[in-house]
Amino acid sequence: MSKFAIDKMAERISGAVIERYEDRTGAPWAVIDKDRIREVMQFLKTDSELQFRLFLSADGVDRLYLPDNDPRFEVVYFLRSLTRNEEIRLKVRVGGEHPEVPSVTPVFQGANWWERFVWDFYGIRFTGHPDLRRILLYEEFKGHPLRKDYPLRARQPLVPERPIQDLYRGPGTSGV
Amino acid sequence: MNTFDDYDPNPPETDELEAHLQTKRMVVNLGPSHPAMHGTVRMRVELEGETIISADPEIGFLHRGFQKSCENVTWTQCLPYTDRLNYVSAIMNNFGFLKAVEKLLGIEIPERAKWIRVLASELHRMQDHLTCVGAIGLELGGFAPFLYGIQGRELIMDRVSELCGARLTTAYGRIGGLNRDLPEGWKEKCLKSLDKIRELCVEIDGLLTKNRIFVDRMRGTGVISAEDAIDFGFTGPCLRACGVNFDLRKAKPYWVYDQIDFDVPVGENGDNYDRYLMRIEELKQSDRIIRQCLEKMPEGPVMVDDWRVAFPPKSEVYGTIEGVIAQFKLVMEGVQVPAGELYDATEASNGELGWYIVSDGGGRPYKVHVRAPGFPILSGVPRIIEGKMLADLIPTFDTINMIGGEVEQ
Repeated sequence: MSKFAIDKMAERISGAVIERYEDRTGAPWAVIDKDRIREVMQFLKTDSELQFRLFLSADGVDRLYLPDNDPRFEVVYFLRSLTRNEEIRLKVRVGGEHPEVPSVTPVFQGANWWERFVWDFYGIRFTGHPDLRRILLYEEFKGHPLRKDYPLRARQPLVPERPIQDLYRGPGTSGV
Repeated sequence: MNTFDDYDPNPPETDELEAHLQTKRMVVNLGPSHPAMHGTVRMRVELEGETIISADPEIGFLHRGFQKSCENVTWTQCLPYTDRLNYVSAIMNNFGFLKAVEKLLGIEIPERAKWIRVLASELHRMQDHLTCVGAIGLELGGFAPFLYGIQGRELIMDRVSELCGARLTTAYGRIGGLNRDLPEGWKEKCLKSLDKIRELCVEIDGLLTKNRIFVDRMRGTGVISAEDAIDFGFTGPCLRACGVNFDLRKAKPYWVYDQIDFDVPVGENGDNYDRYLMRIEELKQSDRIIRQCLEKMPEGPVMVDDWRVAFPPKSEVYGTIEGVIAQFKLVMEGVQVPAGELYDATEASNGELGWYIVSDGGGRPYKVHVRAPGFPILSGVPRIIEGKMLADLIPTFDTINMIGGEVEQ
């Protein structure tokens, strides 16, 4: 398990790890200070002993209906080290009306789409993300559907068709 | 009438009939409904001549709200949603999800169920690879390999439908084991099908692997370095084609993979051809695994004997009050999974299929996150093809084997 990695990380980057606990299967988790997540990721990726280079995934959790729901949102990250053959589980807590977390895309390119996914479905902004657009839903979508206060059967307004830019229709047409 | 004599190489803008090949950059939309865009991906490619300047995959046309749906049904009812993730190897999604839930519940499934899970997973790994390899052949102009691939897939579908009653959306397995054992005489049928599939694989291999046209299109195209592949989060055959030997079945054996003898093929170039070869080789390895499973599988129950997760036997339900209540509670409230969270992963046909599940202690999931292997791989496609020819996009898109259902959830 990745206890060693979290120990080393907590030792090197003092104050970054806010809380540590184990889940039901005994796997260790680390709650990271959100302003230092990029620094932590950089360390985990480049440290020669750890080498957590494979970015598995990231996702959000809306803790609205869970017992301790302040701050309301969590962003979870999973990394894998191929050399140590273990995964590490990190978590960032963030609240507020417009939650913001520093993006880790500058460290891991693989984080790009996952962060877009979290923005799309939870409305958590990733500052410093190169291209933070919605990924599965369309730009005109209102709200963020995986938030617990988004109703299951909510309807969306109809949106007008977007004009297509840069379309060359070939010779002989009216050029519309 | 125009002749070559009055040919004007720079016609005036107004003369549309004399339009020339555009020299300016052009944006081409591939998809969402395009035969080579498996499922429903739209690729917005910016071209200069035939060279791709930039590519932007736009996904989401097949988004069905998988996570939101799961949060509103019981754990067992999530199961049919999981087979719609990767509909080419549905059983692997079923079992991956079940494994995560069982881990959170802290229950161990019976030995025979583990063997059957490995067996069924490998059958579907073969199905996925056969479809992928067949489709590569089809889209590069060879129709016959596709037919052989589909013929093999059809045999597997027949066997799987004997297991669970459905060809595509299997929903096989339940929390705590399997809903039914292998049917009578299935083993012999399966062995016969395997023999046939082996022949079909030889045919496909013979038609494609050393085919000059095929090799020219595949070798050296769609290259990604091991470093980039890891950085983008590639797993499975796409990562191993880059020369990184990592397979969860070997690295973290689950179920009974540690008792089975098989090899993990590793490539070296990270190009389309290697990714194709990985699949051809894995077909052979899966065949080996299934044969060992059929041979070594012990007899015994396939479902845990724990009424908190499994239905009581019908004699108990009709005869005793405990049985009635256990059945009633399971149907009405669902399996009660203790509060907690975990990340768990299995090796699916395209790579690491990860699940992050959160339970609030009730009968319904609080959150079900799926790490579909195709999602990070598709995000790496622009890196692979930018600066390359448009024609390379098609085999690249084939060999990464992106499945719309899992990527777009």
